[in-house]
Amino acid sequence: MTKTRVLSLLSLPLLVLTTVSCSFLSGGDAKDRVKLEGAGASFPAPLYLKWFKSYSEAHPEVKIDYQSTGSGAGVKAVQDKTVDFGASDAAMSPEEIAKVDAGVQLLPMTAGSIVLAYNLEGVDTLKLSRKAYVNIFLGKVTKWNDPSIASSNPGVTLPDSNINVVVRADSSGTSFVFTKHLSAISEDFAKDPGTNKMPNWQVGTKSKGNEGVSSAISTTPGAIGYIEYGYAKATKLKMTTLQNKAGKYIEPTIASGQAALAGAKLPDDLIVWVPDPKGDDAYPIVTYTWIMTYKKYAEPKKAAALKEVLTYCLTDGQKDSEELGYIPLPSEVVEKVKAALGNIGAEAAEKKSK
Amino acid sequence: MAAATEEWVSISRPPTRREKLADLGFRGLTYVVAWLTVLLVLYIVVTIGRSAAPAIHERGLGFLKETTWDPNKDQYGILPQIWGTLYSSVLAVVIGTVLGLAVAVFLSERLLSLFVYRVMKFCGLPSHGFWARLPDGLESLLKNLIELLAAIPSVVYGLWGLFVIIPLIRPTCNWIHEAMGGIPLFKTALSGPGMLPAAIVLAIMILPTISAISRDALVSVPPKLRNAAYGLGATRLETLLAVIIPTARTGIFGAILLAFGRALGETMALAMLVGNANVISWSLFSPANTLAALLANNFAEAKGGQVGVLMYAALVLMGITLVVNIFGDLILQKASGGGKGT
Amino acid sequence: MEDPVVRNRAISAAREAGAAFPLDELEYSLRRPRTVFSAAFTALITLLTLAALVPLFSVVYMLFVRGIHKLSLSAFTLLPPTALEKGGGFGNAILGTLIMVGIATLISVPLGIVAAIYLAEVGPRTWLAQAVRSVAKILSGFPSILAGVFAYGAVVLVTGGFSAVAGGIALAILMLPTVMLTAEDAISMVPAKVREAAIAMGANPTQVIWLVMLPTALPGILTGVMLAVARAAGETAPLLFTALFSNFWPSALMERTASLAVLIYNFSGMPFENQIEMAWAAALVLVLLVLTANLIGQGFSRHSGQQ
Repeated sequence: MTKTRVLSLLSLPLLVLTTVSCSFLSGGDAKDRVKLEGAGASFPAPLYLKWFKSYSEAHPEVKIDYQSTGSGAGVKAVQDKTVDFGASDAAMSPEEIAKVDAGVQLLPMTAGSIVLAYNLEGVDTLKLSRKAYVNIFLGKVTKWNDPSIASSNPGVTLPDSNINVVVRADSSGTSFVFTKHLSAISEDFAKDPGTNKMPNWQVGTKSKGNEGVSSAISTTPGAIGYIEYGYAKATKLKMTTLQNKAGKYIEPTIASGQAALAGAKLPDDLIVWVPDPKGDDAYPIVTYTWIMTYKKYAEPKKAAALKEVLTYCLTDGQKDSEELGYIPLPSEVVEKVKAALGNIGAEAAEKKSK
Repeated sequence: MAAATEEWVSISRPPTRREKLADLGFRGLTYVVAWLTVLLVLYIVVTIGRSAAPAIHERGLGFLKETTWDPNKDQYGILPQIWGTLYSSVLAVVIGTVLGLAVAVFLSERLLSLFVYRVMKFCGLPSHGFWARLPDGLESLLKNLIELLAAIPSVVYGLWGLFVIIPLIRPTCNWIHEAMGGIPLFKTALSGPGMLPAAIVLAIMILPTISAISRDALVSVPPKLRNAAYGLGATRLETLLAVIIPTARTGIFGAILLAFGRALGETMALAMLVGNANVISWSLFSPANTLAALLANNFAEAKGGQVGVLMYAALVLMGITLVVNIFGDLILQKASGGGKGT
Repeated sequence: MEDPVVRNRAISAAREAGAAFPLDELEYSLRRPRTVFSAAFTALITLLTLAALVPLFSVVYMLFVRGIHKLSLSAFTLLPPTALEKGGGFGNAILGTLIMVGIATLISVPLGIVAAIYLAEVGPRTWLAQAVRSVAKILSGFPSILAGVFAYGAVVLVTGGFSAVAGGIALAILMLPTVMLTAEDAISMVPAKVREAAIAMGANPTQVIWLVMLPTALPGILTGVMLAVARAAGETAPLLFTALFSNFWPSALMERTASLAVLIYNFSGMPFENQIEMAWAAALVLVLLVLTANLIGQGFSRHSGQQ
């Protein structure tokens, strides 16, 4: 191997390194640039990523990097201070908030419904009564042609095959909301597994993330699982029609989700659960999803930029919600959250006001 | 003449002080770096062990026998994961050995060259120049292709398993399950990810390891033994079974052990294919979980006490792979040191 | 069947009596069961070998079919698309992979070569060399996820965030044994006469190594480096805990960085068609990258073999 050949081979990586280090140098000079890092829920991730990308395109000096690691990881990241903001479908509990000395401000950003998607050939609409779907996830109903399912679906031929339940393998706000609803409508479920981010399911194969559950359902005949509405819509999975508290069978749509949220009033700490919505048109499983910011930031620029970004998300951003399958926030909620943004302040500002 | 009175000028000279210092310095540096390598591994073991210490203290060896993994009730047990790791690796080694040994034998017997040569002779092609190099060229092309199997990233193998293998074997597996569901091996239906697809993909991933090391072992059998067997009138099969493979058996066994060690530690492909269910089942079609997949899925979200538990599981995984790898290495050393035959 | 000893005696007797040598006994005849078994065995071995090759072609075919149409110049120059967004690319992931593998190479190659020099030249038969060799072999079978877990504890928690440097360190741990062991092999395969000639000229050990051994062993060392680079480029698990991912161009070494492997893992599970297609295209690029690195490495070793 001649020296020239070696040198010419080594020159390529050297070139790459040089260009890269130049970009680092130029990146370090700009004083106006702000980079915000967030992590958390996978449920609203597609919407957040679209918001943050649109905002960065309009305001190139602000970059917001969000990674969908799961609600549990988002809460942990906020507690460990490895991020500037977190996101979770399950609002942090007071004990979790107490661990963070910079204080935590919870802000509902959007809402979504959780649907039961299924994969049954030839069955295009499937109605499940409350008893039926709770018992499927308790493992008490194991076949598709079980009487409790057949009675809600007259005229539909249900196969005599096993119900392949798909659940989440990882800690998830989606699981939390779903189990909270199931616990609210069934005492048996509330006892075991109960409401949890990572419930001890007695049935089902486990998949990671909304994505994993979606792909498991779409590739397994006879499968049923719980996923976020946007994911089901995008993967074109069939969704069941569920029976709500009023006894009506409601399809999951944006309108039925909004009807469900309308019944819940948002208190001052901006945490509200709707485990079993009232109303004839309400879809039974809905949830807000929150972004968690600190109340105190060491860098005033970050706090200011964060407030700008979140204001965009609450106003112009809501237009993107429907297309991706999320429920736009009702206007009273938007006003309350914008007011709560005032709680985010920099440490310097706090010291000044003293 | 004037030149005759000049002194000889020496080309070589003793090393200067600077050169001596540089020599000592550099050799000292290599000594230090060698130590650093050993210390690095010790540091890794210690770091993981230290994080696992509270969990070890709290749960003791019962952790390895418990079967529930329930973070809510603070009940942790990794027996299902240990089972899944061992079962999937053993299955993969069985399938991988059959394929890997076949490839190793094919390469060591130079069957491809022989075949190409016979075809060339049959077609009447010339046997000089480019054509003379063709059989050997194809032979090394084949060897390189097998090595490329090892180059494909684990996550791509996971995708391949999900989109090609599972749809391919699902009809057959469910047919077997329906026909022979009584046998424990076929007790459950294949609903998607499970033990068998994971084992198949894992077998393909460790095949290059087995074939490369086994081929080296087979090729290093002294030609005298092979020729003596042929001289006595043995067929190829008889030579292989009676002479070559027994002579190379230590190397082959070492190869299998090392491949087993690789299979134990494989993460991404299994995380995508094994089904993430904490169950213990003999069924080939049942989903399962492995230690590496458990870590991959749970580590990001672990809080406080759970990190210690996961580190304990990591320690167990490290222990198992260490023991298997050390054994495999010792056996290979014995093979290359003492198994030279004549 | 006749007793072979009796038959051999008969043949020898016949030969002495001047009879023709029974050449047909030496023919390769498929009528004999032993020959049939052997031929069947050869056919079986051939079939199994072909079966072993099928996955390689199947994987590359799958990637081509699913990924080729998204592979255009924009794939290298644009950032990852969000859900349902048209266009986009994974340029930042390619760059991120190159950066982190570059960091890992900068750490592991010098350390690996220097350690290999110790193993091959300075102290080949000391107990320390034995220990280092065992350690290297242990490390080469190390589960990649443990390297990520270690780097998380040792770097991410200490520096307070995910970074490309942490990712590079985790990859370096995985690259080190390959570089070290192949370099040791390459250096020890330099012919003894070359080494002795240098010593005879009065070179001290360091000069022998730097001026003679390393240049001669360079192709072999480069093979090892290329193989290690190929392996590191494809690793996912260590990067999940150290560099995480980023949707932007890499702008600092201490920030989260995108990589091809993590992009594939993340996007392949997305429900949105555009992102799934990105994942396939990225997988195709990654496999091409890795295969090229392997082929370059094999090219080096072939070149050295001809010397």
